[in-house]
Amino acid sequence: MADTSFDVIVIGSGPGGYVTAIRASQLGFKTAIVEKEDLGGVCLNWGCIPTKALLRSAEVYHNMQHAKNYGLTAEAGYDLPAIVKRSRNIAGQLSGGIKFLMKKNKITVIPGFARLEKGTDAPKVLVKSSKGEEGYTAKHVILASGARARTVPQIGLVPDGKFIWTAREAMTPDTMPKKLLVIGSGAIGMEFASFFNAFGSDVTVVEMVDRILPAEDAEISGMAQKAFEKRGVKFKLGAQVKSVETGNDVKATISVGGKDEVHNFDRVVLAIGIVGNTENMGLEDLGVKIDRSHITVDEYSFTGVKGLYAIGDVTMPPWLAHKASHEGIICIEKIAGMHPHPLDANSIPGCTYCHPQIASVGHTEQQAKDAGYDIKVGRFPFIGNGKAIALGEPEGLIKTIFDAKTGELLGAHMIGAEVTELIQGYVIGRQLETTEEDLMHTVFPHPTLSEMMHESVLDAYDRMVHM
Amino acid sequence: MPIEILMPALSPTMEEGNLTKWLVKEGDTVSSGDLLAEIETDKATMEVEAVEEGVLAKILVAEGTAEVKVNTPIAVLLEDDEDASVMDGYVAGGGSAPKASDAPSAPQGGTSPTSGGGQESDNSGPPPSSGEVGAKHSEGADPSSRIKASPLAKRLAKDAGIDLASVKGTGPNGRILKADIESFDASKAAPKAAAKSEAPAAKADPNAGTDVGPSRGDGASYLEKLGVTPGSYDLVPLDGMRRVIAKRLVSSNQDVPDFPLVIDCEIDELLAMRKQLNAQAPEGVKVSVNDMLIRASALALKHFPDANASYTPDGIAYHKHADVAVAVAIDGGLITPIVREAENKGLSTISTEMKDLAGRAREKKLKPQEYQGGTFSISNLGMFGIKEFGSIINEPHGMILSVGAGAPRPVVKDGALAVATVMTVTLTCDHRVVDGAIGAQWLQVFKRFVEQPITMML
Repeated sequence: MADTSFDVIVIGSGPGGYVTAIRASQLGFKTAIVEKEDLGGVCLNWGCIPTKALLRSAEVYHNMQHAKNYGLTAEAGYDLPAIVKRSRNIAGQLSGGIKFLMKKNKITVIPGFARLEKGTDAPKVLVKSSKGEEGYTAKHVILASGARARTVPQIGLVPDGKFIWTAREAMTPDTMPKKLLVIGSGAIGMEFASFFNAFGSDVTVVEMVDRILPAEDAEISGMAQKAFEKRGVKFKLGAQVKSVETGNDVKATISVGGKDEVHNFDRVVLAIGIVGNTENMGLEDLGVKIDRSHITVDEYSFTGVKGLYAIGDVTMPPWLAHKASHEGIICIEKIAGMHPHPLDANSIPGCTYCHPQIASVGHTEQQAKDAGYDIKVGRFPFIGNGKAIALGEPEGLIKTIFDAKTGELLGAHMIGAEVTELIQGYVIGRQLETTEEDLMHTVFPHPTLSEMMHESVLDAYDRMVHM
Repeated sequence: MPIEILMPALSPTMEEGNLTKWLVKEGDTVSSGDLLAEIETDKATMEVEAVEEGVLAKILVAEGTAEVKVNTPIAVLLEDDEDASVMDGYVAGGGSAPKASDAPSAPQGGTSPTSGGGQESDNSGPPPSSGEVGAKHSEGADPSSRIKASPLAKRLAKDAGIDLASVKGTGPNGRILKADIESFDASKAAPKAAAKSEAPAAKADPNAGTDVGPSRGDGASYLEKLGVTPGSYDLVPLDGMRRVIAKRLVSSNQDVPDFPLVIDCEIDELLAMRKQLNAQAPEGVKVSVNDMLIRASALALKHFPDANASYTPDGIAYHKHADVAVAVAIDGGLITPIVREAENKGLSTISTEMKDLAGRAREKKLKPQEYQGGTFSISNLGMFGIKEFGSIINEPHGMILSVGAGAPRPVVKDGALAVATVMTVTLTCDHRVVDGAIGAQWLQVFKRFVEQPITMML
């Protein structure tokens, strides 16, 4: 008879769930984790990691096409099934890694689909698998069931096995579409637009609001749009897909500024957001508060139902893997009686791995103004940085926003090569509550792209050196 | 090296005090914020809090000693890693340790009995301010323990004129963060260890409250700063009840986002029913309007349980019973005895119980469990002719009902002017648990019980 009683049961093994389970185990809790598919969740298997593998292929291909710029010769060509296979292998390798981590941390992995029932300390966890349904109990249950792509079945925007893709289908493409429609210009939409554009697809991106990457600083959005347009991506802003018809291809009716246009595409990528996985788990009966498919929790992830917590994509935004992991750590440390600070939404970085890359943390310029701050803004362009020029990546910008009164770094916004790796410098700065003074006194290594981070801070206080 | 705990100056003018009671004994481990002893001055009885931590190696001044001069060493602390052997041959202040019997004869020539030694110069310095009451390092000790604070917190504190030493850091290893400065409340911070000592005090007896803000033992200079000439008033020391009233209501006003809802109730029928009831009531039972309002409130809470709630950081507590606290004015303050499970009690039970509680409240003979807790409160100033007023929420209650005087007032009935006995009540709600619509609906139910009192009898 297998063990059915635990201190902590985590439901879902994505980056929220598995990290929480490991931390729980480190804190001495007897821990189990429930997973209905592969360990690692969407992030590892169908999200962050496999798409980064695809985008790396696109980047290398782009560099091969531009080998001449570096004094090299190369014959650029690609093999789509091999690109996909590499991406799938990497996902598989990492999922295996999670299995090892669970074993190493003595976490019981329960395969199957969990639903909850009223229990004593915490809701009872019933896990249904091919072997039937078995009940488990725990003092604390942490729900990390994640989310999935939002679809709109009413107008045919739902995966049909061929023409209409969500991210999940788009990362195992059967063909390189000649004409691709991407609906939604958030991180996921722009990464697929970037990938398919790199291999020659004619990509059109439809976005409902008046700029792409609506969560980013408006200046960065504008620069990204220009960079994409230069490479042939078309944008329809303030636009909405009203209907799609599939036959030999996809006929999409798009309303742009009140006028309907009809265009044909080979494939459609649906990237209009996510919905939380909250169904069929008995959450309503327990009294869990669900707001438009996402669970409402307090600052320490408590659902209001005794012993039940929720973290990550199934809760409130931002819907990011690293937010889920960190939320889980705070949640379990709070359970363990420690005194973690709640997560500060303004210190959670966001990264988009399209070409050019985009990364940001904290307030945009507009948000800072709306919040009533008197701000100082610093900017430094890639063209002024030696390393950027040497890399052949002279396009991009690093923008910093400070509170003029206190010198707090309110936000940082970047576009250009490798900015997703640079942003954490500012994130550490925010976490340690540095002011402009500390950042100015920090020594940045030369020659690196990071020197631009220094210059941007200096520029905010009119002390820029290299421009 | 051993740390001497000196007789604190509890006010700028204090020169000596009586050490009435030791709250720790030799060998006890003491941490910062622990209460060490009770000191009585001509003004008040105060507690001495530990600033340092360690083991209380020796009590130098026995309890019951009167007229102990300020800055006299009263006990010796050993730091955790120190061996008791360092106490061998220890002489307080270089002189001989006073015994309890020595102390009364102390004020000869105005010299402290212990200041004959090498610490003379130390003792002649200014007494520690009230904010630093408690143990002090003996001379030569290192006062420069670094304050950890983020650069942003430092700058914010500087701009706001906040002394970092008085801020409690919540970051790693007590690092002071932006949030700590933003949530810093100077009025609460003066005695640094106050927060720690609150919890045990509340558990034992909430009337034995510890402190209220910066005015501690320092009323004269507090008022002087506000422009009141010293000597132009009599300063009555804060007693336990006054401290608790001040502390609880200040914290309620700071922490509870409240709002009032006002409604008029016609009470002619209620008054008539009361008359009828009392005419037939058994000997000794006389139902008051207030008793009927207690029952009406309790029934309204039962019928509308959403309003019977308390805020906690982890969720909203919805109470299973209506425990109605009733404010009773007593000599020197007020207290709120509680009618438990009032929704299950008839009018005569409520009346008898309330009479007993109020009587014992006035004699200050209530047991803590008779006035602690509760889910809702009523305050009635109708007997003073107050038309309407608002009250301050007494946590954990989610609402408090302020009852004004019932008086004949013109009302419009069926389009014509008429006279009715009208009583205005104000419901103050804790918005964290009771929203406007919830409070309003509760008032509707309450009003129905009051205006159709027969429904109360069901």
